Amino acid sequence: MSAPAADEPLEITVTVNGVPRTASAPARRLLSDFLRHDLGLTGTHVGCEHGVCGACTVLVDGEPARACLMFAVTAQAHAVTTVEGVGDDPAAMSPVQRAFAECHALQCGFCTPGFVTTVTAYLQDHPDPSADEAREAISGNLCRCTGYQNIVKAVLRAAELRRAEAGA
Amino acid sequence: MKPAPFVHHAPRTVDEAVAALVAAGGDGKVLAGGQSLIPLLSMRLAAPGHLVDLDGVAGLDTIEVTDTHVRVGALVRHAALEAHDDAATALPLLRQALRNVAHPAIRSRGTTVGSIAHADPAGEMPAVAVLSGAVVEAVGPGGAREIAAGDFFAGPLETTLDPDEIVVAVRFGRFPAGTRTAFLESSRRSGDYALAGVAVAVQVGDDGAVATARASFVGVTPVPDLLDLGGVLGGLRPGDPVPGGVADAVAAHVDPESDIHASADYRRMLAAELTRRALGATLVETTRGAA
Repeated sequence: MSAPAADEPLEITVTVNGVPRTASAPARRLLSDFLRHDLGLTGTHVGCEHGVCGACTVLVDGEPARACLMFAVTAQAHAVTTVEGVGDDPAAMSPVQRAFAECHALQCGFCTPGFVTTVTAYLQDHPDPSADEAREAISGNLCRCTGYQNIVKAVLRAAELRRAEAGA
Repeated sequence: MKPAPFVHHAPRTVDEAVAALVAAGGDGKVLAGGQSLIPLLSMRLAAPGHLVDLDGVAGLDTIEVTDTHVRVGALVRHAALEAHDDAATALPLLRQALRNVAHPAIRSRGTTVGSIAHADPAGEMPAVAVLSGAVVEAVGPGGAREIAAGDFFAGPLETTLDPDEIVVAVRFGRFPAGTRTAFLESSRRSGDYALAGVAVAVQVGDDGAVATARASFVGVTPVPDLLDLGGVLGGLRPGDPVPGGVADAVAAHVDPESDIHASADYRRMLAAELTRRALGATLVETTRGAA
């Protein structure tokens, strides 16, 4: 193993939303910064940068994970889905995105991408949550507008929309 | 908040990983799930020159359940262990504790073995390791060795591991038949570090009376050492109230610190009360939980 010097740019290829994307960045580049700065995917938001706020949550191999707690070099071996991959067309939003819009589950919108990815993954495993379960599901994401009531409603509404789509 | 520069190593085998650590000459750190280490790097509380990333090392992501233990590989994520039904049946304390580890988005990347190697006294899984009599499997340049969990933790964020050794697995011990376990913790916000937490194991003998009772703690002791409560609980039967002596024994054992979230006195009281409740849960008359 011949390792490069510290901070030497590496060619890093990460599969994001199904597409291999390559950029040059040092090993210390966090996945969150790689997505935003190097790939221009600014849907992923960066809040606390130590794993507490949940704004940068993306899906890694389908499971929710903090993009600020993973290096881009490590992500090369995994499939990353960002909020753009959940849905980037206002005319064709995902059930979770539609539910957030319908239920007024965002105010300033900063935390929203992290909620959307978290809830998208949660509903795949728990298609019919109770209000209490919905609250628990989003407990790892902070909304500084404190709009939690409507976010819980949106989780339940998104579950309805998903079930309607599945039954249609 | 960005990590300082480091050289990233992506070994494919444990031997390659050990070689990279040896080459780093004491300036290397092992990266597994990164959910504790990366915040430390971002805050520049740690700035190792080399990171040895285990993510691509083959064979470290297995869970094995035997008659005596549950063996968890170094790359098993908290979420995978939490979801493993055979492991939960063999050692219910694993799932009881794991659901308290941060949030699902952290558990999907964070590794159980990594949290033990990290040795944060506020971590849940070090307490589980000690209570279950776990064995830490380490590999270094001199070969493999095993360290009892009770000898592994040297202090906050400090272990008896050598700088060029890697923990490849932890074998959690299964409790004897008739053992009931519980895990409780309390935090100000869901998923935060606990102000205090406790894991308890109570063995009820064939005569229906408590034979052994032990506890280990989260966030209120420098290392998760065992508290033997056999003298306080011995001879009790399921359905009996938890004696007041438990609170005194816990208060004398724990050594919490004060910080912005809670005073040492409050944490001591909380640890005692959580222990009383956890023991009460194991002494419920109707359920005969197996370990």
